[in-house]
Amino acid sequence: MTKTGFVVANLFRKRTRTILTLLSVIMAFLLFGLLQSVNSIFNAGADFVGATRLMTQARVSFTQPLPLSMVPKLEAVPGVTRVAYSQWFGGVWQDNTPLFVFAVDPQRYHDVYPEFVMPEAQWQAFTNTRTAMVAGKQIADQYGWKVGQKVPISSNIYPQKNGSKAWAFDLVGIFDGKDENWKKQTNQVLINHDYFDEANQFGKGRTNFYILRLSDGDRAQSVSKTVDAMFENSPDETKTQTEKDFNLSFVKQIGDIGLIVRWILFAVFFTLLLVVGNTMAQSVRERIPELAVLKTLGFSDGSVLGFVFAEAFALCLFGGTVGLLLATVAGAMVEKGSGGQFQLRPSATVWLIGSAAIVLMSIAVGLLPALRARRLKIVDALAGR
Amino acid sequence: MSDSMVQVRDVTKVYERGKQKIEVLHGLTLDIPKGDFVALMGPSGSGKTTLLNLIGGLDQPTSGEILVGGSRIDKLSSGELAKWRAHNVGFVFQFYNLMPVLTAEGNVELPLLLTKLSASQRKKNAAVALQVVGLTDRAKHKPRELSGGQEQRVAIARALVSDPRLLVCDEPTGDLDRKTADEILGLLQVLNREHGKTIVMVTHDPKAAEFARRTLHLEKGQLLEQAAA
Repeated sequence: MTKTGFVVANLFRKRTRTILTLLSVIMAFLLFGLLQSVNSIFNAGADFVGATRLMTQARVSFTQPLPLSMVPKLEAVPGVTRVAYSQWFGGVWQDNTPLFVFAVDPQRYHDVYPEFVMPEAQWQAFTNTRTAMVAGKQIADQYGWKVGQKVPISSNIYPQKNGSKAWAFDLVGIFDGKDENWKKQTNQVLINHDYFDEANQFGKGRTNFYILRLSDGDRAQSVSKTVDAMFENSPDETKTQTEKDFNLSFVKQIGDIGLIVRWILFAVFFTLLLVVGNTMAQSVRERIPELAVLKTLGFSDGSVLGFVFAEAFALCLFGGTVGLLLATVAGAMVEKGSGGQFQLRPSATVWLIGSAAIVLMSIAVGLLPALRARRLKIVDALAGR
Repeated sequence: MSDSMVQVRDVTKVYERGKQKIEVLHGLTLDIPKGDFVALMGPSGSGKTTLLNLIGGLDQPTSGEILVGGSRIDKLSSGELAKWRAHNVGFVFQFYNLMPVLTAEGNVELPLLLTKLSASQRKKNAAVALQVVGLTDRAKHKPRELSGGQEQRVAIARALVSDPRLLVCDEPTGDLDRKTADEILGLLQVLNREHGKTIVMVTHDPKAAEFARRTLHLEKGQLLEQAAA
């Protein structure tokens, strides 16, 4: 027998209770792993984007389109080297699967986003073919699209002039990202804005947002001020922000994911603290005489405190590790199932935060029972006082 | 060098229960020579267990001196007392107080976790202790799978395994039938006579006291002989 063996034996003295508590810990850390990864996904869009791009949208909301007549005015702003524009299409694939589809000017988009790589011939085909579309590699792989095929995509916003919301595009290219971060952004489809503008039943010559490429990232603040000042008090007032802020505010249309995740995790861990804390307290309470016997045999106050703490730590460590491992497996399965679109696998940072949470939780649930065990007086405990 | 194993000098013990102070032992003095087997008898509340706890280093006197094996234990800190107990005293309780999650072997091995012995040596020593109490064949059984007498034998093996010079036993047969009690007391007698262990045993049972070399009577916190003097 070893000290570790003794700790484990004590941990499983009430097998059912320990297993149920372990399941709570596992479930909490599984949720933690997955939700932290969700949070990372929403923040990831912001972390790596360059500082040399600004996004301009209508001041009220990006759903309110801006006129294309702004292009020359925007291009004339000092510090702006190129202007692209992008229109949300509201794409739907087959059985109501939403797609990220944007109507863009191919050449302008290519100039502003050199991070997306595709053979030059395919960029040319995209520019020259009115019904063309190009797809990101992730989404093309997911749906098995091949260059040359016609892809039917519906729009849940824009009908064609004949009233039909069913559109069809010629896939002329598949683009990839220049590095790992940008490869993760290839879950979108681009269509030709000229064709969209002509064929759709609604307003013409408008777009949801502009993307301004800057000569120098340091000029971002002055350019955004200039642009917004330029359209102030006009029917099309603008809001210009960095690409990072834009991405975050886009995500916040859904809700403050970070805040939601934090509150869910707070609720989960608070409940967990009560459950595990109660288990530990109960476990110590019901074996006060045994702890007194340990002290009688010569185990010091510190050793007895150590035994109780070790139990709390073992419980949290085992449950936490299994929970995070399950989150990794589940995340990998979601990632595989979504063709890499949802990268839910907990990152090293999530594991690191998880490890810190394990340590903190062990202290939180183990401290009071361990101190109680440390303080108990042998004669009182043996006498049942 | 003194032949005394236990020297209790003018010991007083006062417990505080809320605002009330209860003096349990009043200036008690006692000598127990090495190799003695003493039965402490007396009515409930006479201070038998309190005295036993003081001799075993489980509690500290309010005043007076206690020397065990030549060491002044009334001056030791809580940590020093714990170390001292681990090396010098074996305890046997009325209700055995075994760890229910451990086997008989594990229970006996428990005090050896405080030593620097290797795992195999610990196992070996535990096996020897179980052999002394005649429970080799029950080594892998947990306390709930043993009878009361067997549990008490395991407790005695646990008390013996560190080879202490002094055994303190608090009503070791109080929870056993006559026949099993006699077996346990016989075992204590063997440990005293053949292995030279000094034993201090608290008991209510005059028949149990007959197994000891001598019997001391306590009443109202004093030895009767002292009270008479």
